[in-house]
Order: sequence, then structure tokens, then C-alpha cells
Amino acid sequence: MKCEVCKNKEATIHLTQVVDGVVKKVHLCEQCAAKSGFDVHGPMSITDILLGMGGSETEQPVVPTKVPDRSCPRCHMRRVDFKKTGRLGCPACYEAFEDQLSPLLRVMHRHEQHKGKIPEREREHVQSSNELKVLKERLDKAIEDENYEEAARLRDMIQAFRSGKKQKKSAS
Amino acid sequence: MNTERFLKQPSAWLSDKQADSITVSSRVRLARNRKDSAFPGWAGEEECDRIWQELREVLLACGTLKKPDAVSMADLSTLDKQLLFERHLISREQMERKKGSGVVLRDDESVAAMVNEEDHLRLQCIRPGLDIGTAWEAVNKLDSEIEKTVDYAFSPKIGYLTACPSNVGTGMRASVMLHVPGLVLMNEINAVVKGMAKIGLAVRGLWGEGSEATGNMFQVSNQMTLGEGEADIVRNLEQIVLEIVEHEKNARLRLFERREDVVRDHAGRALGILSNAHILTTKECLDLLSDLRLGIDMGIVTLERPGVINDLLILTQPAHLQKLEGRKLKAEERDIARALLVRSRLKAANKKSDKKQS
Ligand SMILES: [Zn+2]
Ligand SMILES: [Zn+2]
Repeated sequence: MKCEVCKNKEATIHLTQVVDGVVKKVHLCEQCAAKSGFDVHGPMSITDILLGMGGSETEQPVVPTKVPDRSCPRCHMRRVDFKKTGRLGCPACYEAFEDQLSPLLRVMHRHEQHKGKIPEREREHVQSSNELKVLKERLDKAIEDENYEEAARLRDMIQAFRSGKKQKKSAS
Repeated sequence: MNTERFLKQPSAWLSDKQADSITVSSRVRLARNRKDSAFPGWAGEEECDRIWQELREVLLACGTLKKPDAVSMADLSTLDKQLLFERHLISREQMERKKGSGVVLRDDESVAAMVNEEDHLRLQCIRPGLDIGTAWEAVNKLDSEIEKTVDYAFSPKIGYLTACPSNVGTGMRASVMLHVPGLVLMNEINAVVKGMAKIGLAVRGLWGEGSEATGNMFQVSNQMTLGEGEADIVRNLEQIVLEIVEHEKNARLRLFERREDVVRDHAGRALGILSNAHILTTKECLDLLSDLRLGIDMGIVTLERPGVINDLLILTQPAHLQKLEGRKLKAEERDIARALLVRSRLKAANKKSDKKQS
């Protein structure tokens, strides 16, 4: 079998990739596989496929192409750069290109919220933002129930939370 | 780094003590990045070099990396890079890199940290057999040690931020390498692949179209990294792998029932050719090792030391052969060296062959 890319050398690398239930096979020679950056031992990047950079040209990119160009304020990567490489420039790019990345992440992962390990130094931050969310929900509920005493107490707690005092009100 | 030692020590992911040789090895890797730096592909060479220097020091101080050894890609010859690649210690992508990129290894190679590959850090652990949980524990421990000094790029919503959006969330890729000649020979592999796709697992075949072209080995891994915790990823993958193992065992039984003569013939020929050939290409060698492995699993062929098959899987790769010979070899020369190596290793491990076991 000849390599699908150069159509010259013998294909020795046979990749099988599964995207949304479709089995796709790519046959490449060693050189072309190396050139296209296939790590024979790691899964082919689904980003490459979604952005239409996969092994075959028939794959349609699912990312909308007509978005105004903008660049990341921190690393100055532009949308076109991202489209070209499929890799972001820096952590701040996730915010800069959020509108484009959100649908991409949904398609790739079928989820939107991280579950799992949180770095120690982020843990407090993440936890407090969750606690804050709970307090706010309780406040809304208290107001709805016209329980103004409880509402005032919760409002104080939220304020304390925001001013960073973090006094762990262990009332009740 | 003295790469010669690799020729003497067995690869961390290939053991000769494994009970079940359908699951060859398990690997877990985590992608991590520093908060305030551009990703390696976008950062300039100087920034990459600074990051490498800093992270190298951090990694060398990690207790979980026992007696660590660090090396920059700039200081490795092409052959040594390929050697590390064949041992799954660096990726193909990292082989292309030079200054500002490197790898730090635990002395037994079981844990490795690639610096400035696609991400600032790629932490990996490889274990022989089906052992994803242990591999996860090992990288998790190393990761917790690193985060004490390194500020990671992390978002409460989408988790660890990575250069490629396909890795955000846990940044975790767990994979298991499987040897499934039964499913391939019984033409059931495609159905299995389709089934796994439905539950979001990626399958990469190293087998050729409708044949045993690459030793019937393939790798199954989680595709999605966002929205599923690490323990769940481990549990799900393990569950699926056990199911595949079950399928493979069934396929082998049916294969044996229907075509016992053919199965015996294949195993016997494999041992015969490997023990006597003077020229072996990589592909032929992998195919025959697969046949021999199946023969051993099914008790058709007995070797005093069956683990020799795992050694040969690695040692017959091009860079390993050239390191063993101590010089660069042309493809034809490699085929001759490969045959010689296989002959002598099998002879040493093959004291009571062709004995029937029940
Ligand atoms: Zn080619
Ligand atoms: Zn950026």
C-alpha cells in the first residue's frame, strides 16, 4: 500500500482514529507521518481534525471561520495563528478567544465544567467561589421567602467573604 | 546522560513477570503549564530555555523522581533521541526540538517529565500490564510535589490550561497497549473499535489493513479530558480494557476450535524463522513476535523465559540495534543485525521449545 500523502513510498504507519463514531484510517509512510507530527504512541489530536488539519482533506472543520480577528492581549497570538497551528499561545488565550473556544470544547469534550484535581493553591479560591455561590443562592431564597432576618445575616456573610476577611461564621 | 545503560536495563513498561500478556503496558500522562509563560510552541527560544532551566531544577529536587537524570534535547544525538523515543520516554514531537527542551527521568525510567514539548510539562508514568491506577498515583504524586513551587495555569471552569484545547480539564491521557491477534484474525476488531468510539475512547491501531502488519498491537485511550475526574477516567478505561481482554480470550478460543492446525503452524513457524533467519525487517520481526506471543499464551510453544519477547520488542528497534552495535547501520545492515540478535536471545531463552502444554 502506498502512502496517502506522498503517494510514493510504502505506507508503514496505519493510524486508526475515531471521531464521533466514525472510524477513519490513515496510511502513511514513516517520513510523512513524522512530518505531520504524528506521535505513533499518542492519540492524534482531535483538535487537528476539528480544525480540518487531520490526515485527510475531506474532513470538514466544525469551527466557524468567519470571526473578526483579534489577538490575545498577553501573548499577541491572533486568531489566524491559532487556526494555523491548532495550538494556543499562552494561558490567557483561553479568555481572549473564549467565544471561539467554547463551542470547540463542547464538541471535543461534551462537557463544560472541569471535574477532578485542583492545584492546592487554587483550592481555597475555587472553594470560596463555590461557597459564595451557595450563600448567594440562600440569600435569593431568603428574600423570596420574605425571611429578612436570615437575608440580612447572609448579606453580612457575603460582604465579609468579599472583603476577604473569610471569618468562618460557624453560626448554627 | 549515559544512554548506554538503557541497553542493559529492561524498559519500565515491559516486564517478564506479567501474568497476562494481552495487556502489554499502561501509561498515564498529565499536561501542565506555568501560569505566566507562553506555551512552548509560541514562546521564543530564549524564554523556552529559561523555562527549561527553571523546571529542570524543580524536577531534580522532586523526591518522587528517585535519583533523577536530566538531559537537554540540545545535548542528545539524533540516535540517542530516537533511543529515548523507542523507549517511550520522549515523544516524536520532542525529538524535533533542540535548545530549551529536555527530559528528566527517574532512574528506573518508570516516571518521566518532558519539559517544553507541546506543554511546559508532560508528566508520565508507564507500567507493565494493566496497571493504570498505579501509573496515575505516581504522576499525581509528582504533580503535587511540583505545584508546591510552580504556579500552574488553571481555571476553575475548564481546569488545567494546555497548549492544545483537546487536553484542557484534567490534562490527563490514560492509555493501554493491547496485543489482540485473536480479534484481528477473527475479523472482530472493527466492531470493538466502533464500540469504543461510542463511549469516547480513542483507538490507534498499529496493525495494517486486514492483516497483522504491525504485530497486532493497538492502544486505547481516553479522548476527552474535560468534565470527568481522574479516578473516573482510570476506572472507565480499566473496565473497557477488561472487556476487550475478555473478547480477545473468546476470539482465541474460537480460533483454536476452528483452526487449531493453523494456529499451531503459525506459532511453530514463528519460532522456527525467528530462531534461524539471517535477515529480518522490522515489520516481519514484529509480526513473528506477535505469532510467537500468541503461541506462548496458548501453551503451544514454551520458552524457558517468555519475557524475552518483550525484550526483543524494544531491542530490535532501529536505534537500539545501532546502539548495541555501537555504530550507524544502513537498513540492510540493521536487518542482518536484528536477525542475529533475535537468534542469540531466543537461543538463550529457548531451552525447552515445542513442548505441548495442556
Ligand atoms: Zn509519504
Ligand atoms: Zn495568549
